[in-house]
Amino acid sequence: MAVTRNDLEGVSRRAVLVGGAASGFLFAFHLPARAVNEPVQPPDRTDGRFAPNAFIRIDRSGTTTLIMPQVEMGQGVYTSISMVLAEELDADFAQVAVAHAPPNDKLYANPIFGIQVTGNSNSVRAFWKPLRTAGATARAMLVQAAAQQWQVDPAGCSTANGRVIHAAGGRSLAYGDLADAASRLPPPKDVALKDPEKFVLIGQPLKRIDTPDKVNGKAVYGIDAMLPGMKFATLGACPVFGGKVGAVDDRAALKIPGVRQVIVLDDLVAVVGDHMWAARKGLDALVVTWDEGANAHLSSNDIWEDLRAASRKDGVVARSAGDVAKGLAEGDRFEASYELPFLAHATMEPLNCTVHLTPDSCEIWTGSQVIARAQSAAAKAAGLPVEKVTANNHLLGGGFGRRLEPDMVVAAVRIAKHVDGPVKVVWTREEDIQHDIYRPVYRDTIAASLSNGRIVGWKYRIAGSSVIARWLPPAFQKGIDIDAVDSAVDIPYDIPNFSAEYVRAEPPAVPTGFWRGVGPNNNVFAIESFIDELARKAGKDPVVFRRDMLDKNPRMLAALNLAAERSNWGQPLPARIGRGVCVQPSFASFIATVVEAEVDEQGEVYLHRVTSAVDTGIAVNPDTIRAQLEGGLIFGLTAALYGEITIENGRVKQSNFNDYRMLRIDQAPKIDIHLIKSGEPPGGIGETGATAGPPALRNAIYAATRVALRRLPIDRSLIAVGNRS
Amino acid sequence: MTTLTINGQQKSFDAPADMPLLWVLRDVLGMTGTKFGCGIAQCGACTVHIDGKPVRSCMLPVGAVRDRAITTIEGVGATPIGARVQKAWLDLEVVQCGYCQSGQIMSATALLATTPNPDDSDIDAAMAGNICRCGTYVRIRAAIKRAASERQS
Ligand code: FES
Ligand code: FES
Repeated sequence: MAVTRNDLEGVSRRAVLVGGAASGFLFAFHLPARAVNEPVQPPDRTDGRFAPNAFIRIDRSGTTTLIMPQVEMGQGVYTSISMVLAEELDADFAQVAVAHAPPNDKLYANPIFGIQVTGNSNSVRAFWKPLRTAGATARAMLVQAAAQQWQVDPAGCSTANGRVIHAAGGRSLAYGDLADAASRLPPPKDVALKDPEKFVLIGQPLKRIDTPDKVNGKAVYGIDAMLPGMKFATLGACPVFGGKVGAVDDRAALKIPGVRQVIVLDDLVAVVGDHMWAARKGLDALVVTWDEGANAHLSSNDIWEDLRAASRKDGVVARSAGDVAKGLAEGDRFEASYELPFLAHATMEPLNCTVHLTPDSCEIWTGSQVIARAQSAAAKAAGLPVEKVTANNHLLGGGFGRRLEPDMVVAAVRIAKHVDGPVKVVWTREEDIQHDIYRPVYRDTIAASLSNGRIVGWKYRIAGSSVIARWLPPAFQKGIDIDAVDSAVDIPYDIPNFSAEYVRAEPPAVPTGFWRGVGPNNNVFAIESFIDELARKAGKDPVVFRRDMLDKNPRMLAALNLAAERSNWGQPLPARIGRGVCVQPSFASFIATVVEAEVDEQGEVYLHRVTSAVDTGIAVNPDTIRAQLEGGLIFGLTAALYGEITIENGRVKQSNFNDYRMLRIDQAPKIDIHLIKSGEPPGGIGETGATAGPPALRNAIYAATRVALRRLPIDRSLIAVGNRS
Repeated sequence: MTTLTINGQQKSFDAPADMPLLWVLRDVLGMTGTKFGCGIAQCGACTVHIDGKPVRSCMLPVGAVRDRAITTIEGVGATPIGARVQKAWLDLEVVQCGYCQSGQIMSATALLATTPNPDDSDIDAAMAGNICRCGTYVRIRAAIKRAASERQS
């Protein structure tokens, strides 16, 4: 099986022709210049291909091509989506090929967002029903075609492994042989979906479709696009947020062999060369005076002072239950605030976009979580109508929310306007980190009261930037950011008097965006840290304290019990080693996690072991679920141990992996994942580990040192011996 | 004109002597399997072998390579150890986004060439220079052990 590049235009056209032009949309038909290192693929043939909807095409040879409405950024979604489609289609999984979807907000809209986007761990959740229906509809049409040919009742036919079978007549036909006839049939309405008990693919740990080419250098990411005659460029944006280019002396840069061109735009400079090395050397040789503008003196301290002030104000109540004032007045009242820093995404593949601009067309090659937005952003930047822009999506070398933004496309097109012929624009790692769209700083304050060992009142206030208000304005209603309060309004515990409120507080100048774990990252850290502190006030074991408030939440409780058991919760540990627990019902999955960690006398933290128990509903591919949790935990633990972007003089101080550190293999804990069998609809998984790791680690440190950390990343000086708070 | 031996083949091209091998491979020769991650020898994405030893190609001037043999991810599968490592990677489904994995596989193959039965600390020492942002470390460790054990079987 191979991942082919945009298998494309034909898909959309065909879908319109066959599936009915309900949307009336027209897809401009460009034949893109073939990137030389991309898999050679026969031109799309619309004749003889059975294309009953936007996702499935079967040609006469029997090859089943599945068009992926969600992007592959490592989360295994190409395989999961293929499994769901192939399950209902009864395709021969060995004959399935997958293709990146072309940009099209109508055909490939994520049903939860209404636009073509991959994010919020909802690919399988959002597409579960539509893809099953698409597969089942196609299957029914193939059955109908075979039954007509045999002149038998379709009810007497079955399907398996890409064939229609008529057992009574001892006959069968391959789907490929039925492609022509099936394309002439109208799609049936209201097809029946399989009984989950009968799934043959879903639930199996099938091998991933995208990985064979990722171990031999053949996989093509956006950064690998190679066009005949292309040039290479790299850029330097004004290091101060919002600043502009003042003066540029390019004499030295232009003398460097291989440098072709220096481009000066109002907020950035770029150097174009025969290869990245010339471009990079040229950039380093430019003498630029920046017009730093209003943010020249902005610092992290200013931002924190503003946020702390904002977080003392009342917010907009997102959800409440009972009488929170009365609840807080009962029993003993406690309050704490938790703070999370700006974070960069640092996808392993640095930002990039290749552009070929002509007076009346624009073609781009990149990896995007929002390819239709990337296409329209390119059109706007190029000053062309959107149908003149061809956008080629790719495998993503990590997304984590960074590629939910089209800013790299806009910058690359602006640069390409000054370049004759195709140009690949690649960000240096330093530019990638210093011009990210950052996970916002947050400050959460929770007040709670305890009576008889239980929480009777809970008032939770979240203060921070609203990403939703910028990114999906229609979803920002009545001053509430539904993402920022996502896990705050949905806490797993049974608390009679409750409120969750939101204060929108935008940091000056620093752009903010989604980051793996999104809103729940912040919510779960505050909630689960505070729950641990309350458990101590109540004199209860952290697991027992939680368990006692989960009587109405059996899925969460089962996960907690399993994680506790498998992590040897309660068994004694040596001094300065602790276990910490976190439970979360985020992204419609129920996960309990125990981290076991050691803190040495200097305050250095060593991760020993992580145990997670998860009920994620029907597990489409259980091995992918494990992998996503393992990776997500490392992602979250990395942030807890090291992640912080700081601002000084209007600039981001960090620049590369030397000062924006990543967890490495020698620090990685042992990780045990336990899946709980479930017949519930699938939940999300890609972000859950990132959300679970930090609070569980923070609580392990609390157990090991008795220091209640309230801020990330972990401050070693607070947990060194002699610094007990 | 410079000539290098890459995966057993002679390749000739024009490039300044100070140009890192990474950019020769990617931008001049179009061999894009070797990845750019940091440019300062911090991440390992660009790892290739020079005479079998793992080297960060982003910091290696092409002029310093001379007649030594270069192996990249595109060619490492032709060696028995490289093929075993690739197979173990797929058997244990190590890969997520995959962007770091060219470098991981090159580092792991070089480790097994000198240390056929690495223990955890050997793996830590050989692999700590390779960042995986997707966090596949647990499986990388297991796959290296699997590739090592398959040699015996
Ligand atoms: S790109 Fe060479 S080590 Fe990161
Ligand atoms: S697999 Fe994505 S960076 Fe390693």
